Amino acid sequence: MSVKDSLLALLSDGPAYGAKLRAEFDRHTGGVWPLNVGQVYTTLARLERDGLVVADGGPDPEGRIAYRLTPAGHAHVAQWWASPVDRTEPARDELVLKLALAVADPSVDTRAVIQSQRSAGMAHLQRLTRMKVGLNGSLQDAVVLEHQLYAVEAELRWLDHVESFLRRSPAGSRPPAEQTPKLTTDLSTDRGPTDE
Amino acid sequence: MNEPILTMVDVTRVHGTGEVVVRALNGVSLEIHPGELVAVMGPSGSGKSTLLNLAGALDLPTSGTVSIDGQVTTALRPNELSALRRRRVGVVFQDLNLIPSLTAAENIGLPLELDGRRVSESRRAALGALRDLNLDELADRFPDQMSGGQQQRVAIARALVGDRRLVLADEPTGALDSVTGDGVLAVLRARCDAGAAGMLVTHESRHAGWADRVIYLHDGRIVDETTAR
Ligand SMILES: Nc1ncnc2c1ncn2[C@@H]1O[C@H](COP(=O)(O)OP(=O)(O)OP(=O)(O)O)[C@@H](O)[C@H]1O
Ligand SMILES: [Mg+2]
Repeated sequence: MSVKDSLLALLSDGPAYGAKLRAEFDRHTGGVWPLNVGQVYTTLARLERDGLVVADGGPDPEGRIAYRLTPAGHAHVAQWWASPVDRTEPARDELVLKLALAVADPSVDTRAVIQSQRSAGMAHLQRLTRMKVGLNGSLQDAVVLEHQLYAVEAELRWLDHVESFLRRSPAGSRPPAEQTPKLTTDLSTDRGPTDE
Repeated sequence: MNEPILTMVDVTRVHGTGEVVVRALNGVSLEIHPGELVAVMGPSGSGKSTLLNLAGALDLPTSGTVSIDGQVTTALRPNELSALRRRRVGVVFQDLNLIPSLTAAENIGLPLELDGRRVSESRRAALGALRDLNLDELADRFPDQMSGGQQQRVAIARALVGDRRLVLADEPTGALDSVTGDGVLAVLRARCDAGAAGMLVTHESRHAGWADRVIYLHDGRIVDETTAR
């Protein structure tokens, strides 16, 4: 998640102090990813160095400096809105790693791992749904919350999918070969091609 | 603690005879109290619809007992059973079964009329149920004059009309876009919050998120259960 791009986008509404930017950021994201003031000022310093923001006049009586976008900063924001966020780079995820290790290790009860993860995910989904019922019409909060809901749902579906792989595989510990044709050549040397 | 509205004790349902028996449900026990919404999940063929049909007294167990508001379904005569279904149970089926020759309002009011209420009173209740789902304008349309999603919501209105204590829904959001689907679940949730007991069969965990408890079925058995909080 890019703090830099988000701060630039917030500054396109007009000049602002670091503290104000931080408050705006929290408000827009429903407080899901709280920023500290230090992070905001470090980022602003870097943006200033890169010529995307400049100080909007000198410090005020309390010593605070407001920043505004330069023309290059405006261009950067326009470019940001226009380009898709890169989702192709897989994030390193503890759960993915854990399950990949589990299915490869016969001493691990993978189904139990899945079941406890699913319970936790489902309980999380129930909590999020309650929060959703409690939202009163804030679109910004809804955007952030719905994303969490869909993300948890996707994870639960993935868990179900892996679990049905396991149920169908005779060994019970790894996906059947015919379900993963691209991997069979290098990974399933102990197993012949499907006998159908 | 208040009495459960639905109680199932060691319920088994076997379909067919001889060589081709299917044990669709196998020793399931379950209680649903007033105010509770329970979601049922599980792969296709795991027994979800069978469970829902037994819970709604639309089908009877091979062994074990199902009680609705303290009445044991296997102990009732056919006419008592249908009165129990009409008065106490609202069901949204996996396939909608609206009656094609009746308008939306007539479909919804039918169970009340069958129960001896006046036509005008049934219609008033039907219009109220339609309003809850933002469907006022559909009252006088026939099923074939409505979209699939609209028919689905009319079927839901029919299940919720009157003061049914037990509301059962089998994949009620299948033909609906996600926002409309959420609206339907919110209505179901509100009905349970107002004191009904609910059962929601679904494949989508996001929908199960509306429930207080989620039960996972596999091969006719409860294999897992999660509770909110
Ligand atoms: N009338 C019947 N006669 C014989 N077998 C039946 C009958 N009804 C259901 N079954 C069998 O009982 C099992 C459970 O069916 P059920 O309809 O409850 O599954 P389900 O979990 O609702 O599946 P789906 O998600 O596909 O709707 C299945 O194996 C099904 O083939
Ligand atoms: Mg079914």
